[in-house]
Amino acid sequence: MLCAVPNFVSFATLFIKMAKTKFTKETYLNWYEQMLLMRRFEEKAAQLYGQQKIKGFCHLYIGQEAVVAGTLSATRKDDRHITAYRDHAHAIALGIPSREVMAELYGKVTGCSKGKGGSMHMFSKEHNFFGGHGIVGGQIPLGAGIALADQYRGGDQVTICSFGDGAARQGALHETFNMAMLWKLPVIFICENNGYAMGTSVERTTNAPDMSIIGKGYDMPSFVVDGMHPETVHEAIAEAAERARKGEGPTYLDVRTYRYRGHSMSDPAKYRTKEEVEEYKKKDPIEVVKATILKQKFAAEAWFDEVEAKIEGIVAEAVEFSENSPYPDGSELYTDVYAEPNYPYITE
Amino acid sequence: MRVIQFREALREAMTEEMKRDEQIFLMGEEVAEYNGAYKVSQGMLDEFGPKRIIDTPIAELGFAGIAVGAAMNGLRPIVEFMTFNFSLVAIDQVINAAAKMYQMSGGQFNIPMVFRGPTGSAGQLGAQHSQAFENWYANCPGLKVVVPSNPADAKGLLKSAIRDNDPVIFMESEQMYGDKGEVPEEEYLIPIGKAAVKREGTDVTIVSFGKIMKVALATAEALAAEGISCEVIDLMTVRPIDYDTIIQSVQKTNRLVIVEEAWPLASISTEISYMVQKKAFDYLDAPIHRICTADAPLGYAPTFVQEFLPNVERTTKAIKAVLYKA
Ligand SMILES: Cc1ncc(C[n+]2csc(CCOP(=O)(O)OP(=O)(O)O)c2C)c(N)n1
Ligand SMILES: [Mg+2]
Repeated sequence: MLCAVPNFVSFATLFIKMAKTKFTKETYLNWYEQMLLMRRFEEKAAQLYGQQKIKGFCHLYIGQEAVVAGTLSATRKDDRHITAYRDHAHAIALGIPSREVMAELYGKVTGCSKGKGGSMHMFSKEHNFFGGHGIVGGQIPLGAGIALADQYRGGDQVTICSFGDGAARQGALHETFNMAMLWKLPVIFICENNGYAMGTSVERTTNAPDMSIIGKGYDMPSFVVDGMHPETVHEAIAEAAERARKGEGPTYLDVRTYRYRGHSMSDPAKYRTKEEVEEYKKKDPIEVVKATILKQKFAAEAWFDEVEAKIEGIVAEAVEFSENSPYPDGSELYTDVYAEPNYPYITE
Repeated sequence: MRVIQFREALREAMTEEMKRDEQIFLMGEEVAEYNGAYKVSQGMLDEFGPKRIIDTPIAELGFAGIAVGAAMNGLRPIVEFMTFNFSLVAIDQVINAAAKMYQMSGGQFNIPMVFRGPTGSAGQLGAQHSQAFENWYANCPGLKVVVPSNPADAKGLLKSAIRDNDPVIFMESEQMYGDKGEVPEEEYLIPIGKAAVKREGTDVTIVSFGKIMKVALATAEALAAEGISCEVIDLMTVRPIDYDTIIQSVQKTNRLVIVEEAWPLASISTEISYMVQKKAFDYLDAPIHRICTADAPLGYAPTFVQEFLPNVERTTKAIKAVLYKA
């Protein structure tokens, strides 16, 4: 007879770690500014969506900001990033000017994808942002491929490939994890585990709700990370990046986070309780970082007022810029489809 | 007659068939507890329970294949794709399994199932969420492809699709789910593979299907005011295509315009144009015109949506061209 194997195997490496590193004043102030910009930018976007200045699907990152903040402080400027459609915060934090991200939401020609992508498809080659992608899980193999190119050229860049808990159920993930480990690709897979894929909780998609185990079948180093704190995210990413740069291959991070808003603007989110949302809001990464800054006396209240005012200005300017920018001409449908300049489109 | 929404008509079709036949079940993302991403399956979990209304993870390839397997073993699955854009993740199981099984097995395993969901663009959703795949699936022998344009047709056709013993691709539209129309209370079926003349006319034939039928009918209405009489045919099924109905109409009007949301190369209109020139060449008084979408992915900006889609203006121009009226 076979021994009973528990469904849920816990690994020593899987416990949520508390940050041990001492982060500098600059890091904390940066995190705060960066996260507040993401938050205020998206609050504005939500408002503009309500006014139908922004159309289509619009997925907000509000609540998850610490994941991007902690990732960016732990990576280099030449590292690569790719994510899904919940991509506004990534774009802004990577340094794409807020006005260009806002203009993209408006569908204006001055947007970072020339108004061709919209909310779900922010891109910037200059900022090593390989985009927001709309087919769930589609970016997972792409992320590994970006890493393959760096490995191929002998570079030491790392690719940060983000996806949701729902995306982890795509076959693409499992095929990619296997090859990424086989070839020791310099990629960090981040599952931004916000507990839900649209209206479906993680528990309802699987017999094995511990998301951290999905890399284990491929012997991929795997860790659970507290995603409500940039400190813990930073540490996990820094370690993973070091492994990748040394040629030791990919890491999988099950980053526990939460989105405060619905899946997209049209989702009333009736599948979860108010209490659950409030519980997470109590751990709000922006508030927690602010408390740390005050406690450590890195800054006083006046500084927060200044930051708030500065960000208000940036967001207002982004809106004004977008309002005043033109839409791309309809004929631009026929540009950027082929790299070849004289492609013979069928026009009748 | 009572008036109901397109989504309600679809729900009635599934509900009635599921009551009639225990072997039918519905599976897909958010179909059960969330009551459907577009509320087509609202209330069905309550009525039929989780055994027959099944929420899946986001795993199209897996659940499409699981459904095909279940069909091989005697069940009659209905698979909902949240949109057909995501069916591309599953297309291997649709084309390589569902469409081939009957022949490969020498007629032993037929696949009585339906893959349904919205197709086509639905506003400013960007290139990955704005694709029409009717002609892609219609290209594949072994499949039937149904594309209704109003609630009454949707109900009668979906019931036929569920009862069909072959795999049927059933394509809807986010932009039609809220459409209201008269739907009979009593049971009825509409046969797959039959087109319908939705408006009679004498000067020119307009052929269309699905959501774009609205453009065809609106154009016909507008041109009636100018004294141009358009006959409008709704294909309703794009595999098999009811060539006879089209050809009969062309024999009467001698002119044909096809309007379709699809990229032009190898579209349904391309196929119809071939067949009509082959079978009714001597009846044509002008070259056939087609209005397709732009030959490009549909980007996000509103100007692109405007440029991309067939509309009344473009269709009017095509009709005047085949009538040699400037
Ligand atoms: C292949 C595919 N199937 C379905 C969808 C529709 N869809 C968009 S987002 C989403 C939920 C994804 O959830 P998760 O991966 O957890 O990411 P989150 O939205 O929570 O960030 C679904 C089902 C899609 N875009 N692509
Ligand atoms: Mg999620």
